[in-house]
Amino acid sequence: MSDTVVIKPFLRLAGLEPLVIRPETNFVNVGERTNVTGSKKFARLIRENNYEEALSVARQQVESGAQVLDVNMDDALLDGVLAMTTYLNLLQSEPDIARIPIMIDSSKFEIIEAGLKCVQGKCIVNSISMKEGEAKFIEQAIICQSYGASVIVMAFDEKGQADSKDRKVEICHRAYKILTEQVGFDPQDIIFDPNIFAVATGLEEHNNYGVDFIEATREIKALMPLTKVSGGVSNLSFSFRGNDHVREAMHSVFLFHAIKAGMDMGIVNAGQLVVYDEIEPNLRDLCEDVILNRNNDNNEATEKLIGFAETVKAKGKVEVKDEAWRNATVEERLKHALVNGITDYIDTDTEEARLKYPRPLDVIEGPLMAGMNVVGDLFGAGKMFLPQVVKSARVMKKSVAWLTPFIEEEKRNNPLASQGNAPKVLLATVKGDVHDIGKNIVGVVLGCNGYDIVDLGVMVPADKILDTAEKEKADIIGLSGLITPSLDEMVHVAHEMKRRKMTQPLLIGGATTSRMHTAVKIAPQYDHGVLHILDASRSVTAVSTLLSKEKEVLLKKTREEYDALRTQFGNKDKKNLIPYSEAVITKEYFDWKSYKPTKPQTDGVKVLKGYDLGTIARYIDWGPFFIAWEMPGHFPEVLTDKIFGTEATRLYNEAQKLVEKIVAEKWFSADGVIGFWPATSNNGDTVTLETDKGEVKLEMLRQQLKKAVGQPNFSLADFVCPAELGTDFMGSFAVTIHGAKQHIDRFAAEHDEYNKILVQVLADRFVEAFAECLHEKVRKEYWGYDANENLSNEELIREKYKGVRPAPGYPACPDHTEKLKLFSLLNVTENIGIDLTESLAMNPPASVCGWYIGHPQSHYFGLGKINRDQLEDYAKRKGMSLDEAEKWLRPVLE
Amino acid sequence: MKTIQDCLKERILVIDGAMGTMIQRHKLEEADYRGERFKDWHCDVKGNNDLLNLTQPDIIIGIHKQYLDAGADIIETNTFSSTTIAMADYEMQSLAYELNVAAAQCASKARELYYAEHPGCEPRFIAGAIGPLNKTLSLSPDVNNPGFRAVTFDEVVTAYYEQVKGLVEGGVDLLLVETIFDTLNAKAAIFAIKKYFRDTQQTPLPVSISGTITDASGRTLSGQTLEAFYTSVMHAKPLSIGLNCALGAKEMRPHIEELSQIASCYVSAYPNAGLPNAMGEYDEHPADTAHYLEDWANEGWVNIVGGCCGTTPDHIRHIAEEVKKISPRRLPLVETSFA
Repeated sequence: MSDTVVIKPFLRLAGLEPLVIRPETNFVNVGERTNVTGSKKFARLIRENNYEEALSVARQQVESGAQVLDVNMDDALLDGVLAMTTYLNLLQSEPDIARIPIMIDSSKFEIIEAGLKCVQGKCIVNSISMKEGEAKFIEQAIICQSYGASVIVMAFDEKGQADSKDRKVEICHRAYKILTEQVGFDPQDIIFDPNIFAVATGLEEHNNYGVDFIEATREIKALMPLTKVSGGVSNLSFSFRGNDHVREAMHSVFLFHAIKAGMDMGIVNAGQLVVYDEIEPNLRDLCEDVILNRNNDNNEATEKLIGFAETVKAKGKVEVKDEAWRNATVEERLKHALVNGITDYIDTDTEEARLKYPRPLDVIEGPLMAGMNVVGDLFGAGKMFLPQVVKSARVMKKSVAWLTPFIEEEKRNNPLASQGNAPKVLLATVKGDVHDIGKNIVGVVLGCNGYDIVDLGVMVPADKILDTAEKEKADIIGLSGLITPSLDEMVHVAHEMKRRKMTQPLLIGGATTSRMHTAVKIAPQYDHGVLHILDASRSVTAVSTLLSKEKEVLLKKTREEYDALRTQFGNKDKKNLIPYSEAVITKEYFDWKSYKPTKPQTDGVKVLKGYDLGTIARYIDWGPFFIAWEMPGHFPEVLTDKIFGTEATRLYNEAQKLVEKIVAEKWFSADGVIGFWPATSNNGDTVTLETDKGEVKLEMLRQQLKKAVGQPNFSLADFVCPAELGTDFMGSFAVTIHGAKQHIDRFAAEHDEYNKILVQVLADRFVEAFAECLHEKVRKEYWGYDANENLSNEELIREKYKGVRPAPGYPACPDHTEKLKLFSLLNVTENIGIDLTESLAMNPPASVCGWYIGHPQSHYFGLGKINRDQLEDYAKRKGMSLDEAEKWLRPVLE
Repeated sequence: MKTIQDCLKERILVIDGAMGTMIQRHKLEEADYRGERFKDWHCDVKGNNDLLNLTQPDIIIGIHKQYLDAGADIIETNTFSSTTIAMADYEMQSLAYELNVAAAQCASKARELYYAEHPGCEPRFIAGAIGPLNKTLSLSPDVNNPGFRAVTFDEVVTAYYEQVKGLVEGGVDLLLVETIFDTLNAKAAIFAIKKYFRDTQQTPLPVSISGTITDASGRTLSGQTLEAFYTSVMHAKPLSIGLNCALGAKEMRPHIEELSQIASCYVSAYPNAGLPNAMGEYDEHPADTAHYLEDWANEGWVNIVGGCCGTTPDHIRHIAEEVKKISPRRLPLVETSFA
């Protein structure tokens, strides 16, 4: 039972995503460039009906940090209702813009209402006021409320716009009482705009306008603490039009004081705010005097600022370009480079920071870590996606690589200099397994979150993992694996950790691992915390929690969860398996009498080396490519995904370029071997191949699940003609990608994690594509049972072809040891250089092997669970000890 | 007589299951849909399930009754498509108001039958179901023109206004805006509801809101996250907020958990009977659906539970059985000042 939930009275807004404005929320930037009254460019674009370009103005505001987008179409030459409707409807179909809330800005209420009719999220109306009396005000407030909008109330009444502090407070308070008591507004949905007027106009009565606003803000927030205060900042500096340098300084100084007084949000040009601390002190003092109306008798402060403005006017200001970030401090530049994944200047910037900080390590622990924390936060908040994070990691690694020689030198000179004390996470792919894409991604993501990653690579024996963990004082150990035998190896590592009396938590990840397996098999082996981690993004929260005070809470929760899973597992109905003897009888029957097997056009074994990469590339299935980058979805829809479509498209374009390069520069060598033999089944689960070296018996496994009447229990053996009915054929294949490793190593050496993982993922895609391409060629030529096939790549991906190519170790035939027969039949290791590890993983990791079955009704299926009776029969058939068979089949054993 | 608010304080209420699934069981033909009154209607009407409120009221009453017998506290009127906009598919726009009145009366009739058999039982409630429409306000049906809209906000408000009028005049106890995949459509429904009660100067009926998360992205079809969706409809001051349809209970779980943490009102959940199988049928066993909902109830996440597509009285019976002894989610503490 959960505790009572507490809902705080925050201002809550929404675009596609929520925006909650809490008391501790910093100033909320409202983007102002999508306003025809404030931006000549935007006004021109709208007048010219160039909405496409007008959308890019909004996008640029979002990218430069606007959290709310102000849209204003008040122009005498425009049909405001039509322009507002058209623009907002278009904007709704741009998820990267529509994700933030909209502020509908107009002095005409019919334009505001037109805008409210277009936006699904919770908007802000800017603005309503009592200038036409209370009745009108109430009517408009009710309409806003019916659309669920928050409102900005301008300090304006029947007598006019409030200029003095007292008038501002008085009008706001009156409006507040009407809205909360008569209309039923929640106070947190009310935002006041107490009017920012121009100062330094030369008229003395204007000199106190800045102070009036700031002091009114202070009083409004004290009197009505749940409400918000906003304002249009650029009015303030109206008298300095054309002098952006002075204007930006004035805005910055004004905001500094107004925010301290309680101002929550403001309409600003998000891309053009200078940092208060970075304004030249002379200018800052002048601005301060003018805004706070100090030293301003006889317009003295105003005159001084005008005088200063004259001196800078001539210089003008350089157009803000993409490279503007280069003008920021070195810390900001490093952060910018990290967040945006830019490596262009990283060496110079790192060197500059190194000279600035006392020790090279301070650069890492200071600005670099600060930048990576931003990356980590954005990733955690779903605002950055994996490919971007990996690019950030590349920047980080390059910067660290620049610093490393200096750190080493410092160490030589002063061996006692303390090292970084970031928590250490040790990662390894377990013994017998060579797959490490997922583990590398976890390493990158954790690295981005400030952890020190010790990556032991692949095929790491338990002893080496645990010795290293002890030596390096790892805080957490993470194990990864892709093939099923790795599950046992993980159990072994956990067992060893207990024996060694280790205490650090153990994380389990990888494609075949599961929460259930972790709960049932691994967790009971080790008492100090075993957690299954679903994907890279979850690893961050798990690790940070495990290193915090919350550790015990998480471990306790996990323990309870796993206990429940174990109970659930224990209670699972076992009776829905049928005896193996029955399952064999309910095999799938084909009409073999009318089936005429095609004799393969290829005799025996055929080796294909250096297969054309360009041909293979056309067969790539991009779906799994995006899954590897944690962007799930169908291809090509993933490219237009609402959330990560933009990033997915960028990634796809970069991957395409790399594919072109791989093909053109022959980075990979695609090698394959195929073979075909006469084959018969025995009405049971054995298939006999006639080879020139004699008979080879393949042993298959059969489903034992109790099915509805008439539903067969499948086995691959059912797809091969029984001996008494004729002679059939079967084939097998193995394909691999050589050459990826040298590029992976090269990128690793260049600290380019992004391209390293990209090459790894692409090598996997190439080998799968090669298997697909070769299978087609087999169906049409090498075997030739479906010479007239004509399928698109899409249809191939959806397995529309005739016949199947199941792989040993995967769902239809989960026993990896049959791979040994396949390797010997095709002489795989000698012919194309694939090795098998002790867990029967193939090395290079980008390798695929399998059987070819040609019957048009053959199909893919998953074995499901089997019972011990089948295990015993299988062990006998294979001439294996029961223990040995059990070891390999454990994952499918009930 | 206890109000629905009274009952929600005491226990988890059960809402009924699928109407369409139950209608399918009757294997109705074109002539059955037409009945006597529409026998000469100029276009096909088979599949217009809402029309059955007029032409086969006994079937609809019977289905409502089965759900009441199974333990449903709330039954939904058969009005998912009873708007001028959705009825245009059958050229029956002019019937929209009448369909809503008739549907509310079918539900009332079923409840009377039930009360007669169970004198003194806890009250049962009729929710006027307001569906999502077949035209959306946030999405363009024309891929080449993303700014295009097939319908305007005002047209949607007009359509919903008429539906609300029919449902209220037909005698429903609450309004349920459900299966929301485009929040702007729901906002138009809320607008219409507010306007109707303002115009008629009646005490507004409670409004329940139920959105639809369409897939693993955790967003509505129109792209909002769950919290953004809730934020955008909070102004309805709903009796309950929840999710229904598109997902089975298994997939819906994390979203219900999230909702239970952010909703200041009651939380409802009525998932589909699992995800459709290869044949497009829902085949989750009633005990399994009920088991998921029991888990949510035990977690203290829900106040109203039931079923959507593919669920049957059997599902509702199992659900009612499982949740009846579990305390409902407590309403959050809604603070009105900063501590």
